Amino acid sequence: MGAGIIGAACARELALAGVSVTLLDRDGAAGATTAHGEGNILLSDKGPGPELRLAQLSRRLWPAMVTDSVPGDRAEWDTKGGIVVAATDEGARALTEFAAGQRAAGVRAEPLDPCALSAAEPHLTRDVTAAVHYPEDAQVQPAGAASVLMHAALRAGATLRTGCEVLGAVTWKERVTAIRTTEGVLEADLFVNAAGPWAGELSRRLGAPVDVRPRRGEILVTTPLPPTVFHKVYDADYVGAVGSDADELQASAVVESTRAGTVLLGSSRRAAGFDGRLRPEVLSVIAGRALRLFPCLSGVPVMRAYGGFRPYVTDHLPIIGADPRLDGLWHATGHEGAGIGLAPGTARLLTDLVTGRAPEVDAGPFRVDRPAVIPRGAE
Amino acid sequence: MTRHVVIVGAGPAGLAAATAAVRAGAQVTLLDAADQAGGQYHRMPLDTYETKRPRILERCDWWPGGAVWALERHDERRPPRVHVISGPDGGTRRRHVLEPDALVLAPGAHDRTLPFPGWELPGVFTAGAAQALAKGEGVAVGDRVLVAGSGPFLLPVAASLLAVGSHVTAVLEANPAATVLRGWTQSPWRLAAQAGKAAELAAYAALLARRRVPYRTGRAVIEARGDGRVEEAVTARLRADWSVVAGSERTTAVDALCVTHGFSPQLELPVAAGCALRDGFVLVDEDQATSSTGVYAAGEVTGIAGAPAARAEGVVAGWVAGGGSPARLRTVRRRRDEGRTFAVRLAAAHPIGRRWSGWLRPDTLVCRCEETDYGTLCRTADVSARAVRLATRAGLGPCQARICGPTLAELLDTNPHDRPIISPIRLGELANPPEEKESTP
Repeated sequence: MGAGIIGAACARELALAGVSVTLLDRDGAAGATTAHGEGNILLSDKGPGPELRLAQLSRRLWPAMVTDSVPGDRAEWDTKGGIVVAATDEGARALTEFAAGQRAAGVRAEPLDPCALSAAEPHLTRDVTAAVHYPEDAQVQPAGAASVLMHAALRAGATLRTGCEVLGAVTWKERVTAIRTTEGVLEADLFVNAAGPWAGELSRRLGAPVDVRPRRGEILVTTPLPPTVFHKVYDADYVGAVGSDADELQASAVVESTRAGTVLLGSSRRAAGFDGRLRPEVLSVIAGRALRLFPCLSGVPVMRAYGGFRPYVTDHLPIIGADPRLDGLWHATGHEGAGIGLAPGTARLLTDLVTGRAPEVDAGPFRVDRPAVIPRGAE
Repeated sequence: MTRHVVIVGAGPAGLAAATAAVRAGAQVTLLDAADQAGGQYHRMPLDTYETKRPRILERCDWWPGGAVWALERHDERRPPRVHVISGPDGGTRRRHVLEPDALVLAPGAHDRTLPFPGWELPGVFTAGAAQALAKGEGVAVGDRVLVAGSGPFLLPVAASLLAVGSHVTAVLEANPAATVLRGWTQSPWRLAAQAGKAAELAAYAALLARRRVPYRTGRAVIEARGDGRVEEAVTARLRADWSVVAGSERTTAVDALCVTHGFSPQLELPVAAGCALRDGFVLVDEDQATSSTGVYAAGEVTGIAGAPAARAEGVVAGWVAGGGSPARLRTVRRRRDEGRTFAVRLAAAHPIGRRWSGWLRPDTLVCRCEETDYGTLCRTADVSARAVRLATRAGLGPCQARICGPTLAELLDTNPHDRPIISPIRLGELANPPEEKESTP
């Protein structure tokens, strides 16, 4: 349920494991959260812990998935690497310490001296107190990547049904046996909630609510430029914004080029429900932070802004596993801004759990039955 | 307290709205992204403009070169905040935020050109661009020019080309004579009301006849050919649904080609303001009010009906937005309603045939900025429209789908007007906070 990147990846992995799969979406495939992000595949923003392990698994799986035999290079897989920079002494200490922890967990995090930094990013500001290079960070064009995964799923026998909205569950003895949809009743042995920011609403319709909330992120797009930005470049505050609980606006600079020559400037995070109205001051803050990294972009026109809703769980971990309250219902959601990067690992873990294979990463931290997901009193 | 009315667009509708709003006692700020007021319709060379500048500009706060880059819907009970960037491009432009009591949107329309093989060749112009060059700069786009497409606008374009010395080989209307006649002669008793418009068209038709420019119906340009620039046009006979009659192709030697298939309303501002649309135009009530509180719309965004109708709509919108009593608008409302009838007639006489995409080939560019061809669009069209646009980048280039948007909308079933950043703004300008609201540039 949900044909975004997570649904597509799960459909592919399950179909390849021999499961008969139907992939549903109430609108078109890969049109919502998946099509409104940057396509980040990051290790750099994750400290040691379960999410990093899932990210490392995903990063290992990505290359084989995007080189699947689909004509053209729709996924635009690019191992450009990330560079995180700090602008203050305090920021430098925090970044250096964070990177040391990541190295201990097996992440390649290589400090850059000023000389190496200006060779890697000649247009970056010189006001930098520390910089770390993450060669494993990569990028895809997310809707393209989702469509590659979906094609692989279809080739493995899955079917795609778009324009089909889930209305409720048909249950028998605390087991979901079918779902009611706008296109009729669909029976199955197992239902996977991969509805991203709408996973909360979908789970309520099915009678087993999980606490997934939308968080809005906005991105600016410049007109196409000659090559100016060569890696994904972040200020060190990005890590703080991703891990933060605050509802008000947070922004940190993420600057990178796309294959079309445009530069993407992100990103903001704020809790605003499903309110997609433009907030000019948010765009202004994003522009200001990006210019601190690349002052040379000051005269470059912004031609577009887009925003999307990210599926947010208060403890910042995805939800992957069976729902303890309703047999037959599974969840694969809550990835916030990391869903593109985490999709292959999520699909692999879910499939391992479904088929009884030994998972490559510990599924415990992602279980459905945890306080952030099923609040007390909501059962 | 005096009402503050912001009017966006200083074409016939916007100028009429400004005059009416001032007359109703409002304080008016009039914005246009261009440096001259008048819009496309009153485009003129700079020296003429100096003497013929509309007088209303002295009686309102006129911001030439004032581009609205965003509309912020901060409170559903009030019109949106208007975020403006103004001043000469290339120089220092300034950011302002206006909080009007009423907002009148009169952004107009631009001419729409359907893609055909070779339309990206130098020497192929939209009819609007050719007319702007002729009227504004006195420049002829070519010596031997073919004008083609659909709609009465082709006639004044041909006249402008003749005036600057071009030889116009023909004017081709894609719709067959039967469609055009049926549209224009429906309920003929109503035609009298638009006598002015009819006389204007008759004068153009007489001019073409005098200069021996043939006007042909049911024929279209389906390909432009040439080495590095257009050298010949391939035309063909069309059926009523615009499917090409096989074997009817002919080639004509030209050095320029002007092709326009009617107009697309500029809906970015109304969509950003949250206005409801119907049949591709802004939905307005008797007083030109849109579905958004305090937001009025006038001119081609409510229906393509030409300058007289746009003026009448502007008067109604400006007067009501300025706090005037709607009861005093009987006469102008009648003129406005006649204009609407004219729009309906125009749409019936010059529709775009459903089968036009038949002249596309897989390698025909649909989006010129990103060089996305028709074949790629078709191959990718199995995912959501947004995913197709991301995969092919169709409509995502520098023009932001202003040219290919309506075509993509038709081929992909998407809304091309949803553009939160309405006009480009430099990063440095965006990063700076806006200046005090009271100040004017």
